Amino acid sequence: MLIKDGKRVDGRKPDELRPIKIEAGVLYRADGSCYLEWGGNKVLAAVYGPREALPRHIQDPTKALVNARYNMASFSVEERKRPGPDRRSIEISKVTSEALESVIFTELFPRTVIDISIEVLDAEAGTRCAGITAAGVALADAGIPMRDIPVACAAGKVDGTIVLDLTSEEDQEGDADLPVAIAPRTEEILLLQMDGHMTYKEFEEALELAIKGCKEIAKLQRKALLNKYKAFEVG
Amino acid sequence: MMRRIVLPGSVVGNAKSKLPGKGVFKEGDKLYASRLGILEDKGKYVNVIPLAGVYDPNVGDTVIGVIQEVFKNAWIVDINAPYPAILNMEDAPWKMEYGETAKYLKVGDVIVALIKLVDEARNVEVSMKGKPCRKIEDGIIIEVQPSKIPRIIGKNASMLNILKKYTQCWIFVGQNGRIWIKGEDDKVDLLIKAIRKIEKEAHTFGLTERIIKMLGG
Repeated sequence: MLIKDGKRVDGRKPDELRPIKIEAGVLYRADGSCYLEWGGNKVLAAVYGPREALPRHIQDPTKALVNARYNMASFSVEERKRPGPDRRSIEISKVTSEALESVIFTELFPRTVIDISIEVLDAEAGTRCAGITAAGVALADAGIPMRDIPVACAAGKVDGTIVLDLTSEEDQEGDADLPVAIAPRTEEILLLQMDGHMTYKEFEEALELAIKGCKEIAKLQRKALLNKYKAFEVG
Repeated sequence: MMRRIVLPGSVVGNAKSKLPGKGVFKEGDKLYASRLGILEDKGKYVNVIPLAGVYDPNVGDTVIGVIQEVFKNAWIVDINAPYPAILNMEDAPWKMEYGETAKYLKVGDVIVALIKLVDEARNVEVSMKGKPCRKIEDGIIIEVQPSKIPRIIGKNASMLNILKKYTQCWIFVGQNGRIWIKGEDDKVDLLIKAIRKIEKEAHTFGLTERIIKMLGG
């Protein structure tokens, strides 16, 4: 039993998020960066660019390329993960790149590439969502023109109940997992994946809940970015 | 007046009464900021002055470049932008024959140049003809965030004049975020510290006073 008296394994309500901590501009060498703690997840995102795309044949004369790299540290999971890109992280890198590309004004920087590096230092379910959320803050911190700051959050089905922001136990034992990335201002969907089984009605309910969660996290993202500049504000 | 820091997607005005300027885009009947910066809402246009970001070359900018590659009739110059710039033989201040380029500028040499051309495909050409252009032979070059350059110069070069007055150093500021400094060692150290402080606190008020205090004014 994962849900008892309306409470989940970690004591949360079905529509409650895990605690989130966001810090912008943590890396000196990167153009923009972000450190994010989301429940048991610890993610570091760095943005480099826009910079010259090399080798030259990958350049696009009409727009900038967006190249996100999702990587899990070997020590981020309980059983040591073999380092380097695997099938899973290559897929996540691809979908993350595409999600981020759709909010960036890529046409302003033809022939360049924007590199985004997402390092998962500690993993506990929902790392792709944490990665996109951190990358969004890092992109804004790097001064890259965007339509909105992208944000992601997962919803799912556990013990027949629709819940927000699954833990690893709920992810493994539950019925379905639905990571969603949106542009919070317009609610445009940037990423939508699903693992498991839900009816159409349940899916709609989960999507709505995930969007609600995203909007809550979007507020934290904005607060984190403003905090970086507030530190030096004099009274 | 409060200085408002805006983020990508922040509402910055109404499209019916204002026009989108730099760092602002229109969607529906509202204007939104596209990047992190300080809001400037004077006159017809709403602008966002960026607080971060890479150098975007504009025609007429004076920049400090590093020679990256030497060809028979041109040089490739790194101008700290996403695009490398070309310096043609004809745009150099020396008279030379085809194939003599390496006699004047070698890989790693530092120059002051003017942006001569930026086309739609973002091909950049620089020229070394004109007033501030030269080859830099001494002093040191420091790099700062290009978005902080206007603050280091200040209104009518006010901040720059303060830096020059109190440190007695030769300072040349390139629009691309590179600064050329020449002076006594301890004065140069102090100057670099002051520039780093300006870079860090560029968005705050009363910075000029704090810099004067720091430089012992």
